[in-house]
Amino acid sequence: MFNVKEIRKDFPILKREVNGKPLVYLDNAATSQTPKQVIDVITDYYQNYNANIHRGVHALSQEATDKYEEARNKIQQHFNAAKAHEIIFTSGTTHSINIVANGFSSLIQKGDEILVSAMEHHSNIVPWQMLSERTGAVLKVIPMNQKGELQMDVYDKLLSDKTKLVFCNHISNALGTINPIEEIITKAHNVGAAVLIDGAQAAPHLVADVQKLDVDFYAISAHKVCGPTGVGMLYGKEKWLNKLPPYQGGGEMIAEVTFEKTTYANLPHKFEAGTPNICGGIAFGAALDYMNKIGFEAIANYEYELLEYATEELLKIDGLKIYGTAKNKTSVISFNIDGVHPYDIGSILDKLGIAVRTGHHCAQPIMDFYKIPGTVRASFSFYNTIEEVDVLVAGVNRAKNMLL
Amino acid sequence: MNIEAIQEEIVDEFSMFEDWMQRYEYMIDLGKSLPLIDENYKTEDNIIKGCQSKVWVHAELDNEKLVFTADSDAIITKGIIAILIRAFSNQKPQDIIDANTDFIDEIGLKEHLSPTRANGLVSMIKQLKLYAVAYQTQLN
Repeated sequence: MFNVKEIRKDFPILKREVNGKPLVYLDNAATSQTPKQVIDVITDYYQNYNANIHRGVHALSQEATDKYEEARNKIQQHFNAAKAHEIIFTSGTTHSINIVANGFSSLIQKGDEILVSAMEHHSNIVPWQMLSERTGAVLKVIPMNQKGELQMDVYDKLLSDKTKLVFCNHISNALGTINPIEEIITKAHNVGAAVLIDGAQAAPHLVADVQKLDVDFYAISAHKVCGPTGVGMLYGKEKWLNKLPPYQGGGEMIAEVTFEKTTYANLPHKFEAGTPNICGGIAFGAALDYMNKIGFEAIANYEYELLEYATEELLKIDGLKIYGTAKNKTSVISFNIDGVHPYDIGSILDKLGIAVRTGHHCAQPIMDFYKIPGTVRASFSFYNTIEEVDVLVAGVNRAKNMLL
Repeated sequence: MNIEAIQEEIVDEFSMFEDWMQRYEYMIDLGKSLPLIDENYKTEDNIIKGCQSKVWVHAELDNEKLVFTADSDAIITKGIIAILIRAFSNQKPQDIIDANTDFIDEIGLKEHLSPTRANGLVSMIKQLKLYAVAYQTQLN
């Protein structure tokens, strides 16, 4: 049974106060909070088996290696990847995307086309612009409509045999839109293009089955799913990962080194140069365990309730407009109030102990599309409550009265 | 009045407020009453980078004194600028260069001083001082 009161006890940070008020944490799309079950794993690592992995003959090294690889297996199972070595540990989604963008430099030629969606995070735009500059490939944008949904009929027209890569987020961080990635992937494959999906915002809300999706690459960050910062994963189909050159040189990623030539290690180590974030990787696995124990279906149902209630209550405020009203969306509400700058609302909410994000959410093209400087974004997680929604709504009303 | 005296006056005013609400309400009022910058000066060149809200600052010399006008699209930011302008505008460039800014801390706006804070109070102060340096060079 899903019991939010019990769940909240797992998160020590939720007990703290901010500016003398109980913390109401509604910035989950930026980073999720960490349950004690994951914090305990981190402490246990440093207290009991901190060692470098894959190279020591001693017991601690072996133990750390086992736990790290066990975490990789957990991630593999979670995303239903065919093989464990298709899961590459990275420092996070941005790193994952850069591995692919960099790798494609050698596979893309002048005149080839790369498609990106109009609702990408900057981390998903910049690497492709850099790739286009290096290779002479053309970057094209799949536009969106006023609701914040991708225009799939335009996507159909943009696809051609020149398309080599399609890049899209599973869920938009600024709007919460759940994109129809099944359709995007199938259609891209029909013209022979590879697809990379940024799952950073999707991972906390739903489970992507990479085999069922038939996606070529899928990237996420651990800190969005109750894990620590600085660690994430890149899933890649074995055939693609074999094709891509290594991203960084260093220890761990080599098979044999002489001054004349180095041969690279097999997957996944080819992409894991240097000592990785060992503790982070292990904690990442523990975080997925934690979320799976609660159950993603229960999480999704509960978050949907929060979203419905918050949307209804916020819309009662005169002059409040929500950006991102897609039919399929997750528990993210981006909004503005007529005549008020989002930054001012955010500053006052902060004084009330309510953490929201304000600004362009690293998705400036979306703000340009709506012709706004930014929005206030409240993003809800499974440990948020209906009472917290009420606090938010009261806070927004108070801010509005002060500012107008 | 010199910069130091004005700053003391501002600190005195803020010391009367009992809580953050009153401080913010005051800043919002200040923001609303800030004389607007001439629309012609709201150019890309006059935008201070590093602010989540847009901030424009214009400076011109009047009788060896530097006069600032400014605007922002966010009202709290505008209130902060109004305080800065009160402290630094209509002063000699060298005095602006030499002025310290500890009074920001004393009026309880320290949180806005963090360099990562999106309103970029730090960038604003830096910009005012840069103008002062530029005009001082001109005067020399």
